[in-house]
Order: sequence, then structure tokens, then C-alpha cells
Amino acid sequence: MNTVSADPKGVDSGPHFMDGDQAIAEGALAAGCRFFAGYPITPSTETAERFAERAPEVGALFIQMEDELASIAALIGAAWGGRKAMTVTCGPGFSLMVENIGLAAMTETPLVIANVQRGGPSTGLPTLTAQQDMMQARYGSHGDYAIIAMSPDSPQECFDVAVEAFNLSEFYRVPVIILSDETVGHMHEKVVIPPADQIQVVPRNNYSGPKADFRPYKFDGQGGHPMTQCGDGYHFHITGLTHDERGYPVMTAEQSKIVITHLMEKIRSNADQIIRLDEDQIDGADVVVVSYGITSRIAVKAIQDARREGIKVGSLRLITIWPFCEKRIRELTGKVKAFVVPEINYGQMVLEVERCAAGKSKVISVNHCGGAVHDPEVILDAIRKANQ
Amino acid sequence: MFFNNLKQLHGTVYINDIWCKGCGFCVQFCPTNVLDISPEFNAKGYHPPYAKNPEKCHDCQYCQMICPEFSIFVTKDDEIAKGEAEK
Amino acid sequence: MTTDIGKFKHDSPMSGVLRMERMPHIWCPGCGIGSEVNAFAEAIKRSGIDHNKLVVVSGIGCTGRVAGYVDFDSIHTTHGRAIPVATGIKLANPELTVVVFSGEGDLVGIGGNHLIHAARRNMDIVVICNNNFTYGMTGGQVTPTTPTSAITSTTPYGNYEYPFSLPLLADAAGATYIARWTSVNVRNITQSMEEALVHKGFSFIEIISPCTTLYLRRNRLGDGVDMLQYYQENTVLKHGCDTRETAIDFQGKIVVGKFVDKAKPTYLEAVDKCAVRLVGDDYQLYGKTIPEREAEEKAEKERVAARRAVVLAAEQAASEKAAVKAVKKVATKAPVKKVAAKKPAAKKPAVKAAAKKASATAVARKSAVKVVAKKAPATAAAKKTRK
Repeated sequence: MNTVSADPKGVDSGPHFMDGDQAIAEGALAAGCRFFAGYPITPSTETAERFAERAPEVGALFIQMEDELASIAALIGAAWGGRKAMTVTCGPGFSLMVENIGLAAMTETPLVIANVQRGGPSTGLPTLTAQQDMMQARYGSHGDYAIIAMSPDSPQECFDVAVEAFNLSEFYRVPVIILSDETVGHMHEKVVIPPADQIQVVPRNNYSGPKADFRPYKFDGQGGHPMTQCGDGYHFHITGLTHDERGYPVMTAEQSKIVITHLMEKIRSNADQIIRLDEDQIDGADVVVVSYGITSRIAVKAIQDARREGIKVGSLRLITIWPFCEKRIRELTGKVKAFVVPEINYGQMVLEVERCAAGKSKVISVNHCGGAVHDPEVILDAIRKANQ
Repeated sequence: MFFNNLKQLHGTVYINDIWCKGCGFCVQFCPTNVLDISPEFNAKGYHPPYAKNPEKCHDCQYCQMICPEFSIFVTKDDEIAKGEAEK
Repeated sequence: MTTDIGKFKHDSPMSGVLRMERMPHIWCPGCGIGSEVNAFAEAIKRSGIDHNKLVVVSGIGCTGRVAGYVDFDSIHTTHGRAIPVATGIKLANPELTVVVFSGEGDLVGIGGNHLIHAARRNMDIVVICNNNFTYGMTGGQVTPTTPTSAITSTTPYGNYEYPFSLPLLADAAGATYIARWTSVNVRNITQSMEEALVHKGFSFIEIISPCTTLYLRRNRLGDGVDMLQYYQENTVLKHGCDTRETAIDFQGKIVVGKFVDKAKPTYLEAVDKCAVRLVGDDYQLYGKTIPEREAEEKAEKERVAARRAVVLAAEQAASEKAAVKAVKKVATKAPVKKVAAKKPAAKKPAVKAAAKKASATAVARKSAVKVVAKKAPATAAAKKTRK
């Protein structure tokens, strides 16, 4: 993954006091995103507003489309028009976007979607937090495909994750979804934006060789293949239909096997390079708390109290949600008595932990039906129970 | 004719009877009835056109423009003698 | 009866426009889309647009396959989303000429919301809408433009809805170039497309065309030729006609022509104006200031004009050369088999019927060719519609 330092035009270096949504916009600008198409939806509109304010001075283009469908369609167009592109939305908007997320995955188009989750389902709790869209992020669109999803737990990490999301989406040419939530999105904290030369950015990798040899795709289960942009004279063709490496439709079972295997393995076989975890005192722990996003910050209180009670508890925070850290969980299974998985939903990521623990370690899920964050006591009780 | 040196253009029709689906557009809308439906079948079982009166083709290219199968095109010929003879 | 495919592909004027390796295409016999693509190719050649700066975006449906067949940068999007994808491309690289080529089901049915908003914004793209009154790819269902009382697979007892008039819809939404033709008026389509390709702002061209296999068959309207003849006899040319009078009734008159052609600042021009007010003259979009972009645009305009001049000059020279050189070339290579001599028919329809009868008689057993006397109802064709 070759990287260059960020374009200073988009980097507003120095300390700031901003909320998570605005930090996502700043991260995008720092990563070189110069095209934003979005649609207002609580609690994510602040990202769009920030981008709209900053666009003229950065030389980026902001457009508010007529709906979320149009927003992501415009992103796909802008990506193949040569721009790094992103949008921000929330549950209902994300649901409208899933068909074109599938198109972006199938056509291997790099783009970033921030999903600032709120209480669901349906209109649910528009102004209150939740983490109920984790599985939708992975399996939202129809068909087999793979995406990358990350979950920041603070405005500072919103900035860092946004930069990383663009780098991953450019290298693997895949939609990357930032699964923030209302609390992180609306929480104001200190955000330090480093100087441009300290931000490593993956530039757009456009093909420049002879026209005859250009193939928009290479089905080898790897990332890093060059793409192209309209206007470069390669007369490329891309389609949502199952296609060959030239991008021409080939609607056969054999070709589908080739394409789907590539789309899945491109992410799955490179999971080790993609996944980023934040671990604390995992070695020798009896209980490991697996958490992500805002819940992980609530869990810190419970973990501190538990340690005071003498319980050996470690914390495994998922920064990368998808692909799931199967290997790490399997490594810990058997060594630890139990995993405690607090999340603001009715149990989603816990299913992945259970799958990987395969009964060899207890898995205790600490569910929450959204609208607020956990009470640390509840998590502490779960840790105590896990320790018996 | 009072068009002094204006000559009647002439064209040669090239037909791709493999792609033709026998829709009959070219035959029907050729202004000078150059084409006619051939009694032959092509591989797909359609009747492609053939140039029944090729000399009447004035290179208007309407058949080329209307053919939905991109299966017919016309090239311009050099046509002085015939024009002279008519005068 | 064998054509040398390689030679034909090479010599065909469409070789620079079509992805020849993907021919023959999937459209049905007598479908109008091919004629529109011919007109599109001719319009591009005459307009002088740089082939490398042209992008064609299509949605899903029969017409959606156009993107796959034309040899430009092309994207085949999800159903109804061609226009927003085109918007994204145009805004990402304003130098490009972006053309949306799709059907009325895709553009006005599922994608209607995007059509009216792109028109409202006067987005600088060209939308070519092939209106064949049916969803062809999925077997011929009713669309938002299907005339009332027409039979389709989802209105088996006649359509009871009120259709859109597309020019009226586009005009009401704010499009600044609107034209409608039928697929028989290929020259007019070419001219409209030429104008639309260089028009600054939202251009909308509706082309009425036959869907032989589904719409015409289910409504007993004959075949492609019958429909094209119907167009010849029932189109009313009214340039600048008020778009409120452009409704189409089942088998009624069709008003064609260029209805709207006006100038209005495009979306990007509005963005630039606002940004300059904020940031001042050194405002840059994607790292280029407005003077730089305008200079590039002017240079491109000159190149386009130069190419256009070359094309027109070439045509002029060719016709003069034709008048000078003497050699008379012998006609085509298609086999001319002696067919039973028949009386040259007087009226055009009679010619077609006679031609069909001639080929039918030449073939001993009853061939697939449907013997249809003009204006007479369908003869022995099976009544049961094909599922």
C-alpha cells in the first residue's frame, strides 16, 4: 500500500474542539476526498454541513442530492470520474443506499459511507444513539460481497478512522463503512489534526499503460489493482452484471464463481492487514470484554471497577468491525473463561464472537435496546458472572 | 436539369446478412427501392435484404441510419459518366 | 450468403462507435434502439466531440444495454440511477460530455425523482430517453408513459392509468433543451443530439420507438415496419410547441420537434459564482481556478469546432470528388437470385406486401415469415400471447 503525505489544502492542522460528525468531514478532507454527495438525516447532518462549509476553500465539491439513493449513485459516478468521494447517512438513509453499495462492491468502486447510527428500527429514535446496524453494514445488499467497516469511539478516532477508511477503500477498491453512532457523532471533544506531512494517504491508483492491456478488474483475490477514470481514453465499461476482467457482462455460473470468490477473498484473505484492534491487559485475563464504538468507553468504567475487585479482565476493542477478527477470538478461546460483549443492540457482534468461541469459552452478551448507553453497573455484573 | 454541375450521387450498399434480423426497415424505407427481401435465409432463419436495383442507389444512407442491427452501410461512388449520359 | 464479418466490422462506419467484439446485440428484430444508436454515432461524428471525453451512462432495461455496446467510457448502473451517476461523473470532471441513454421505464419510472431533480438543477448532461411504452427487458409491462387503454402484460385488460407526457414533465422540472422525435426520423434525431451534445445545461431528447416483440404484438399493431409507417403518417411536426400539448393517446397523433431550447446557468456555473463570492478569484475546484478551467474549455471548444469543420469539409470534398471522377462502380456483392418476375407495385405498402409474398412463394413450405396484408388484421398468427 504505497502512501504519500496528504494534500495540505484539505488539512486544517492543529488542535480543535469538534464533534464526531465534523471530525469525519475533516478526516475525509485530509484524506483527499474532494466530492461529497449527501442528504440530511439526523444525527449525521453535521458532517454534510461541515463539508459544505469547507468545500469552497478546499476546492472540493459538495452537492445535496434529492435522496440517499441519488447520493450514493453520484458517489459511484464521481469515483469513476476520478475523485475520492464520500457520503454520510444514518439508518433509514443507509437502507436506501444498500442496492448501490452492492453496485459499488460489484464494480469495485472505492468510496466511503459514514453511518452515524441511531435508534431503530424504522424511524425509531432519531436523536438517540444505538448500534443496531452492524449486520446491515455487512449483509445489507443482496448477494455475496464483502466490505470493510470500522467503528470510532471518539471524535479524534472519527478523524483517524476517516483517513484510514479512504486509504483502505482506495487500495482494496471497496466501499468502506464508518459505523459511528449518535453519541460519538454529537460528542464534542478535543481533536488534534496533525500537519499534512504526518498524514499518510493512499493516492488514487489510475492505470496509465497501453490501452489494449487495460483491464478494469483482476480476479485474484487481492487488492491494489489500478482502476481508471472517465476521460483518460481507455473507453472502459463497468456494469453491475456479472462480468469478466474487461468489465463485459458474462452471465454464467462459472464467471459468478470467479467474481464472487474474488470479491470475498479480496477482503477475507487480507483480513490481517485490514483489521485493527485496541487491546488492554488481554494476556492472562480470565474475562475479556469485547466492545466497540461508544460502548467501549462505558465498558472502561466497568473494567476498572472489576479490576479493583481483583478480577483479571482484559479489553478487546474492535476498531475494525468487518472483516471480523475471527483469528484473534479463536486465539483467546480456551485461554479465557468468558467473553463479555456489551453492545447497544439486541445482540449482533456477539453472534460473531459466539461463532468463533465455538462453545469453548462462555460468551455473555450485554444487550441494550438503544436510546441510551449502558449503565456500567450492568456490564460490571456481567463481568462478575463471567468470572465464576 | 438546371442544377448545372450537380450530379446524381451513387452509392454501393454493403449488407451483413449474418446479423440481419429481417425487420424489413431498409427495404421499406429506401426512397429508390434499391433493396428487396431476399428469398434466402440466414443462419438465424431471417430473410436479409439484397440490392435488387443497385444502380438506383443515390447514397442517401437512410438504410444505414435506420438499420437497427448495424448490418447495412453505404459507400459513396464516383458517378460522372451516368450523370453525363442522362443530360 | 456469407458476409466476411471481419471485413464488415472493419469497414462499417460504426466501427469507431460500437464495441464490435460484442456484436451482434440482443435487441429484437424491428426494435428502434439500433436506429437511435446510429443517430447517436452520426451526431457524435458531426458534433466533433472528443471520443475520449464522452461518457455514456445507462440504467437497466433494453436501452440500458446501450452503454455496453458503445465504445466510450460507459457505465451500466442499477435500475433508475443512471442520471445521478451521470451527475456524479459530470461534477467530478466538468470537462466530460456525459450522456444518459436509457429507457422511459428506467428514467421516468423508477428513476423519475432523479430526472426531475437533475432537470431542476439544470445539470449539464444529455438525457436520451427511448420511449417504447413498455418495460421490454422484463416482458412488456406498463410504464408511466404507456397510453391509456393499451394492453401490456400487467394491464391485460387495458391500461387505466394516465401517462406522463415526457416533454411536459421535463419542461415543468426545468430542462433547458427538450426535443421529441420518433425512431423513423433518424436525421432529426441526429440533429437534436448534435445540438444537445453542445448545449450547456440539461438536455432531454425523447424518442418514440417500436417494441415489436411485446408492445406491438400485444396491441395487434403489426411489426416494426408498420409502426414506423404509422409514425410517418401520424407525427405532427411543431417546433417550439407548448409542451402541455404533447400528450400521446393510444394510436393518436404524436407531436414531434424541438420544443424548448433556452439558456440558463448550469449547476456548476452557479457553484462557481457562489464560491468566487466567498473565496475570491483564486477559488479553485479540484486544483484549477476558474480562468484556467475556462481557458481549457475554450481550447476544447476550438478543437471540437475544428474536428466538426474537418468532418463537414470531408463530406463536401467527397461529393465534389464524386462529381469529377468517371469510374462507375458495379453494385453490391449480395447474391441476386432470379425471383419469379412480379409486377412493380405502385404504393409503398404494396411493395412490402408483394416482397413478402414473393419470398413466401419462393420457399416451398410455410416459412416463419408472417404474411400480412397491409391494414388487414393479423392473419393466422396464434391468438394466444407468448408467455
